[in-house]
Amino acid sequence: MIGLEVHAELLTESKIFCSCTTKFGGEPNTHVCPVCLGLPGTLPVLNKKVVEYAVRAGLALNCTIANFSKMDRKNYFYPDLPKAYQISQYDLPLCSNGYVEIEVDGKVKKIGIKRIHIEEDAGKLLHENTDGSLVDYNRAGVPLIEIVSEPDMSTPEEAYQYLTKLKSILEYTEVSDCKMQEGSLRVDTNVSVRPVGSTELGTKIELKNLNSFKAVQKALEYEIKRQVKVLEEGGTIVQETRRWNESKGITEPMRTKEEAHDYRYFPEPDLVPIIVTDEWKEEIRKSLPEMPHHKRERFIAEYGLPEYDAKIITSSKKMADFFEKCVLEYDSPKAVSNWLMGEFSRLMNETGKEIDEVPVTPQMLAKLLKLIDNGVISGSIAKTVFEEMFGTGKEPEVVVEEKGLKQIANENELREIIKKVIAENPKSVEDYKNGKEKAMGFLVGQVMKATKGKANPQLTNQILKEELSK
Amino acid sequence: MAISRSEVEHVAKLARLKFSQEEIEEFTVQLSKIIDYVNKLNELDTENVEPTAHIVPIYNVFREDEVKPSMDRDKILMNALYKENGCFKVPKIIE
Ligand SMILES: [Zn+2]
Repeated sequence: MIGLEVHAELLTESKIFCSCTTKFGGEPNTHVCPVCLGLPGTLPVLNKKVVEYAVRAGLALNCTIANFSKMDRKNYFYPDLPKAYQISQYDLPLCSNGYVEIEVDGKVKKIGIKRIHIEEDAGKLLHENTDGSLVDYNRAGVPLIEIVSEPDMSTPEEAYQYLTKLKSILEYTEVSDCKMQEGSLRVDTNVSVRPVGSTELGTKIELKNLNSFKAVQKALEYEIKRQVKVLEEGGTIVQETRRWNESKGITEPMRTKEEAHDYRYFPEPDLVPIIVTDEWKEEIRKSLPEMPHHKRERFIAEYGLPEYDAKIITSSKKMADFFEKCVLEYDSPKAVSNWLMGEFSRLMNETGKEIDEVPVTPQMLAKLLKLIDNGVISGSIAKTVFEEMFGTGKEPEVVVEEKGLKQIANENELREIIKKVIAENPKSVEDYKNGKEKAMGFLVGQVMKATKGKANPQLTNQILKEELSK
Repeated sequence: MAISRSEVEHVAKLARLKFSQEEIEEFTVQLSKIIDYVNKLNELDTENVEPTAHIVPIYNVFREDEVKPSMDRDKILMNALYKENGCFKVPKIIE
């Protein structure tokens, strides 16, 4: 059984209880004030947008929104926590009882969401100093939602699918940018195994230091194998927190803090309760953008995309937006979708870039596709042009010009080249005349080679046939 | 006795406080008395009373999501016992 806890930073401008900026980066301790530092005599005031964003996420994740909710103090000592307590929510979270639908092996499965609560982030410890640790409180007080799943996932693959879906929904609702590398999305997981048929709960192991969804999946795979092995050898699982060691590909025990966690939660006396009326809830519901499954259906109906394409394109809001902008300029949705799922995705995977970090705009892709239609370049040359655009941000016609990639569509010019190819490959010509269709493909390939791929394919075929039947 | 000696030790540990044996004895008695006293409230019938976290009926005190300048870093670090490279410096923490 696998359960996941996801922390997502909310995209507000200011922190949860003070007016400091939430901007990522910045010199250490420059986004700090007496409130987020918890100096005596200061009072926190809740950022209204934090409540709205959390409710928005809750609605998108099919949660019940609490009419009455409150903040609580979670007490523990750690240098990244300036007040020695974190303002969080304990028994009355803003959202509860939601679910996410995932698809595994073609079957839809509902993964329950136990609760979503709002809380403040802690600061950051820098360990580079040899005789002490340095603390940067810029992140202290940045608003978070913590999304706690039910332990409904039974395989690492399901955990991966859940995270992917959750991220997509959070991006769609625009409450978080979900950048794992900047720490705006963090994942902890717990896992326990039990023999088939047993109803007894296994011992829960918490896993930390999971820096990507793939790491979550790999860590879970390793941990499940480890636990099964321990049990098969007659051992017992000790409840503990383990960290994922990415380079070794194993989980290892973390040095546990001295005392058992005893957070002594109590109601935060400095903040009054939150009441979300039905009117407010409905207002927030109206602000929800189109969700992935609705968008998927619309893409099928409106653009005639196959279901497979629609699913992939709408899995990321940014890609869906890119697609729609491109289709406005170039009215062949299937061609656009092919490019997005093909070359575009391939290069994004290779470079690890998100679509909004790539210098190619929807307009530029549309221009490239028009160049193919107009016969300026061939489809295969377009891939070369695209790669250059992807790397440099240059317009397609500029790349074609600079690299001399214009298609050879001049009949005389092409006929000369083809005659030469025929003269140089008597064996293939012979084969072709003896009925070997394959030889034709070889000859086309030779023409492409001679022209560095710039020969117009249709024209090449036509002239080749003419010349061969002479 | 409403509170045990080991509970006092546990709470002291959570609060990072160190006491002598005599002090722990003393606090066990004193804290027990305080808790016994507060326990009187349990005699009240609260069957039909809504639980509350605040005694004044005020809700939804919010601020708008607006950024204002933070405090000057020199001022922020003024009270720090130890500082380095614009950061607060604390005893080494190893995870
Ligand atoms: Zn602040």
